[in-house]
Amino acid sequence: MSVAIVGVGQTPFRRSCGINIRELCFKAFRDALEDINLAPKEIDASIICSAPEYDKQRSPAGLISEYLGLTPKPTFYAESICSSSSTGVKVGYGFIKSKLHDIVAIIGFQKMSEISSAEVQERMGRGADIQWESPFGAMMPAGYAMFAHAHMQEYGTTEEQLAKVKVKSSKYSFSNPLAMYRRVITLEECLKARVIASPLKMFDCCANADGASCVIMASEEKAKKITDTPVWVAGIGAASDTLSTTARTNLNGLTCAIDAGTQAYKMAHIEPEDVDVAEVHDCFTIAEIMAYENLGFCKPGEGGKLIEESQTYIGGKIPVNVDGGLLSKGHPIGATGGSQIRTIVFQLQGRAGKTQVDGAEVGLVHNIGGIGLYGNVTILRR
Amino acid sequence: MSFDKFGKMSYVSETKVADFVKYLEEGKIMATRCIRCGKLYFPPRADCPDDLSVDMTWQELSGRCKLLTYTTAHFAPVGFKDDLPYTLALAQCEEGVKVFALFSKDLNENEIHIGMDLRLTPLPLPNGRITYELKKV
Ligand SMILES: [Zn+2]
Repeated sequence: MSVAIVGVGQTPFRRSCGINIRELCFKAFRDALEDINLAPKEIDASIICSAPEYDKQRSPAGLISEYLGLTPKPTFYAESICSSSSTGVKVGYGFIKSKLHDIVAIIGFQKMSEISSAEVQERMGRGADIQWESPFGAMMPAGYAMFAHAHMQEYGTTEEQLAKVKVKSSKYSFSNPLAMYRRVITLEECLKARVIASPLKMFDCCANADGASCVIMASEEKAKKITDTPVWVAGIGAASDTLSTTARTNLNGLTCAIDAGTQAYKMAHIEPEDVDVAEVHDCFTIAEIMAYENLGFCKPGEGGKLIEESQTYIGGKIPVNVDGGLLSKGHPIGATGGSQIRTIVFQLQGRAGKTQVDGAEVGLVHNIGGIGLYGNVTILRR
Repeated sequence: MSFDKFGKMSYVSETKVADFVKYLEEGKIMATRCIRCGKLYFPPRADCPDDLSVDMTWQELSGRCKLLTYTTAHFAPVGFKDDLPYTLALAQCEEGVKVFALFSKDLNENEIHIGMDLRLTPLPLPNGRITYELKKV
């Protein structure tokens, strides 16, 4: 029995959404259900996904399940920071495959404006190993910046190549009304921007956002009744790596992404060159370049060259993040994976509008939690 | 067993490796070694996941290490803003373990290159706190 994604929904990603988390989730849920004409009572279980340190509500799954009219069906809470909703999709896949549930809703959200920026900063500091790394002022951008310097040293990757990832992102953000930033950014602007954590500058980093996403998954039998255009889960992989930087063996890539990708390709019986369109976790420009290599879109060390040659634009070898990616959309932590899946589902259904990749049959989603802490790769097929 | 003197800002006060701070005050940077399998751990840990052993012994590190990667931060979490900009580094100790620490403030960013020799040394902080830092050799 195959498992399908039958519906997807997403709110606009914005700096501040002006509504509460239950209303935010309702918006994405309604967007997904209205599209396929499915009633909330048809859903057998829900998986709510967010990073709880940004929520004021304790145990948000209960609150959201109630507001979405999903009680008394079971609800679960999934967390793997920035890849929480991909984790939710993996759990949902297991529920359906094991025949525990037929139709599962995965709702990811984050309202990062709910807490002050000082509180956000405080939580950022605790994202590293609190005993041995936080006491030195470690934080997310610094972690990825250390990978960037190592990658530049090992492979000769340049700051211009990093900036070109953002230039591509800004070009495609134009066609995505849900993206937070929709302005063309030039290479010069990227290179002149203020430094956040060397060598990463302002435009090398994505921004916090408010937003929600929803993915509706169903068994093969139910999927065929719900929609004429189900998108099949062909491969699904997940892996973890050490939280401590000191315990990492690979400083030029994310081992958890390599592991998750290997599992997903094997399960889908495909090779990297069979992927027609991909969404990768570009929380920083260096993250996208490492993703090209870790997913096998190019050889290790050739990620900089791949963007330099525009091979990840539409028309290139492998179009990547043609919805603007996290760099332009913004990154509402728990909602991000669901948003990436939505983009690929639309591509495979031929509904991607101006950024449609012609004839896309196979799509891939790469969603990372933390600094290569949790790796998730999902392969979808038309 | 108080660990909360470690670092500029500490989130952990109780740990089985709290003696690390006592050694640091004596000028020694200590790792732990599993008595059963011989594996060396830095940062030190009290429990070995390879063989579930809890029999560990302290071992002093020479402090000689090489730079693996670094970044100079211009934005910081709460508690570190007055130190900006500061340079975080990951270095490989000659004993094989890695260390995550700050570069000493007297080092200019343009003097930094990956592979350079460094020395890991204890650094007393104001208010009786203590940490370690990486210095140019
Ligand atoms: Zn051992």
